[in-house]
Amino acid sequence: MNATWSRFNITSIVLGFAFLYLPIVLLIVFSFNESKLVTVWGGFSTKWYVSLFHNQGLMDATWVTARVGVISATVATVLGTLAALTLTRYTRFRGRVLFSGMVFAPLVMPEVITGLSLLLLFVAVGLDRGFLTVTLAHITLTMCFVAVVVQSRLISFDRSLEEAAMDLGATPVKTFFQITLPVIMPAIVSGWMLAFTLSLDDLVIASFTSGPGATTLPMKIYSQVRLGVTPEINAACTILIAVVAVGVIIASVANKRREVQRQLDEQAAQRG
Amino acid sequence: MKSLGSIRRDFAPWNDPNAKPYIQFDNVTKKFGDFTAVNNLSLTIFEREFFALLGASGCGKSTLLRMLAGFEEPTSGRILLDGQDLRGIPPYRRPVNMMFQSYALFPHMTVEKNIAFGLKQEGMSAPDIEKRVAEMLRLVKLEQFAKRKPHQLSGGQRQRVALARSVAKRPKVLLLDEPLGALDKKLREETQFELMDLQQNLGLTFVVVTHDQEEAMTMADRIAIIDKGEVMQVATPAEVYEAPTSRFVAHFVGNVNMFEGKVAERTAKTTRIAGASGAQIVVDNAVDTAAGADIVFAIRPEKIKISSKKPVDAVNALEGEVYDIAYLGDMTVYHVRLDDGQMVRASTMNAARITEDPLSWNDRAWVSFRPDAGVVLTR
Repeated sequence: MNATWSRFNITSIVLGFAFLYLPIVLLIVFSFNESKLVTVWGGFSTKWYVSLFHNQGLMDATWVTARVGVISATVATVLGTLAALTLTRYTRFRGRVLFSGMVFAPLVMPEVITGLSLLLLFVAVGLDRGFLTVTLAHITLTMCFVAVVVQSRLISFDRSLEEAAMDLGATPVKTFFQITLPVIMPAIVSGWMLAFTLSLDDLVIASFTSGPGATTLPMKIYSQVRLGVTPEINAACTILIAVVAVGVIIASVANKRREVQRQLDEQAAQRG
Repeated sequence: MKSLGSIRRDFAPWNDPNAKPYIQFDNVTKKFGDFTAVNNLSLTIFEREFFALLGASGCGKSTLLRMLAGFEEPTSGRILLDGQDLRGIPPYRRPVNMMFQSYALFPHMTVEKNIAFGLKQEGMSAPDIEKRVAEMLRLVKLEQFAKRKPHQLSGGQRQRVALARSVAKRPKVLLLDEPLGALDKKLREETQFELMDLQQNLGLTFVVVTHDQEEAMTMADRIAIIDKGEVMQVATPAEVYEAPTSRFVAHFVGNVNMFEGKVAERTAKTTRIAGASGAQIVVDNAVDTAAGADIVFAIRPEKIKISSKKPVDAVNALEGEVYDIAYLGDMTVYHVRLDDGQMVRASTMNAARITEDPLSWNDRAWVSFRPDAGVVLTR
């Protein structure tokens, strides 16, 4: 291993990580800044975190974002799972290629276009822009991501599990809820988390489709930054980063543990 | 009493014209698009029989099993189980259970829950389920593994769980799709005998699909040899081996020497065959083919004697040169190139440890066999 720690390697790692994380580190550091000036260090303080919780506008936006995220991720997970099931199970229906193309197109569609077209639709059908429209828009945005995640799990799903269940007397509906769903549940959960994260950080589509009283956190932050960055925003972003980081770390540690446990179990089983 | 191989003396419903068939394939055809997997196939299986479908991969044997289980419907023809037409009955309402090649154990359930799954669907009461599960675990000797999940088991243990799960509901028929395919050789041989015992003890009808002829020969009462969606022969293992009815079956099961030729002369007792390469072979008269017809004489290697001197009283003796020798421990296999160019495979049991006068490579040798040692095939 020693030989690989050449000066060149160390330099590359430092540069790479600096490029990725320096902005975020700066943001976190300045969220603890005493001074009101964002770029001048005035000593350590947590006062911006305190004032953050008294900023009614930011707190409202956070609440809206959380609700939009949970509802849209849940609905998108149901729809995306259904789409993935259809795409992997019924491989021969007419228009399958068209259908799968249409399900996955939003993945690469520029968000501006998605946002604009949704806005036009909502205006055309006379839907007042607000909480409902943002939620609908986010369902549209995130559903295809869920479909991709669940579909990749379904492709490796052993169909004989379902056949075995039916062979043992379970109707197709029971088979789905007792066998298929529990087995693909991890993929559905990660699909949900992906959808929730996407909804959480979407600015473009939310700006197009939101209305009064339904300002999401990214929209709020963006509008405040236009009036000048305050350390309060830094604090809000730091909390956001912490929440996401903790989530990711918990998920990957749990995953790693499961994997290790599984390997140990399998080795033990082979030994008898 | 003379017979082909060993027999189960008290069980041969296929020879009884009054026996009621249990499973009947009636002119069954199954097409997948343009591909015909099963072609106008008829087959009868009897109650309590251990029946094997033997064939190469892609021959349609698994499709037969899946049609019986209800995962595929025949394109035409019908399948009867105990007199009932199975058409339109979904898998979950058929009184048959299947053991899958991949075992298909439910990964999120313990061994116990896996075995109980079918019983729960049946609406059996909890105490009864518990009793049956315990009984099944005892049957496959996995009592101490009840709380484990499938990934915590070895391959052999998983196979047993799959077996226990599929017999837990006491199905009328148990279907086994390559049941021992994933096990290593030693374990496979042990399990073959366990399966036979299980079938006898439970009194179930077993239909097993396999590509392994040894497996089929060991376990089955009768074997159906399938090729390209058609039945080539249905017979007991001994009949399949000693009296194949076609070149395909003779080739597919075991090793065989084939002498191509024409019927030269028929007498009351024997038929003389003029080999295409000049050899003359006399066989017991079982040929109802006219003189001059093309036929094949098929003979197994162990029925051929090999000697360094011409045998005195042999009806059929052909001379050649030893081309290759393979020593396998329990037997030795000789490849002899006859003077007319044909290769003959002859195997000898090494009944004694010390061989007098051993043959060596390139020695002159004689191969000889009795007139009833092989069969004449016309197709």
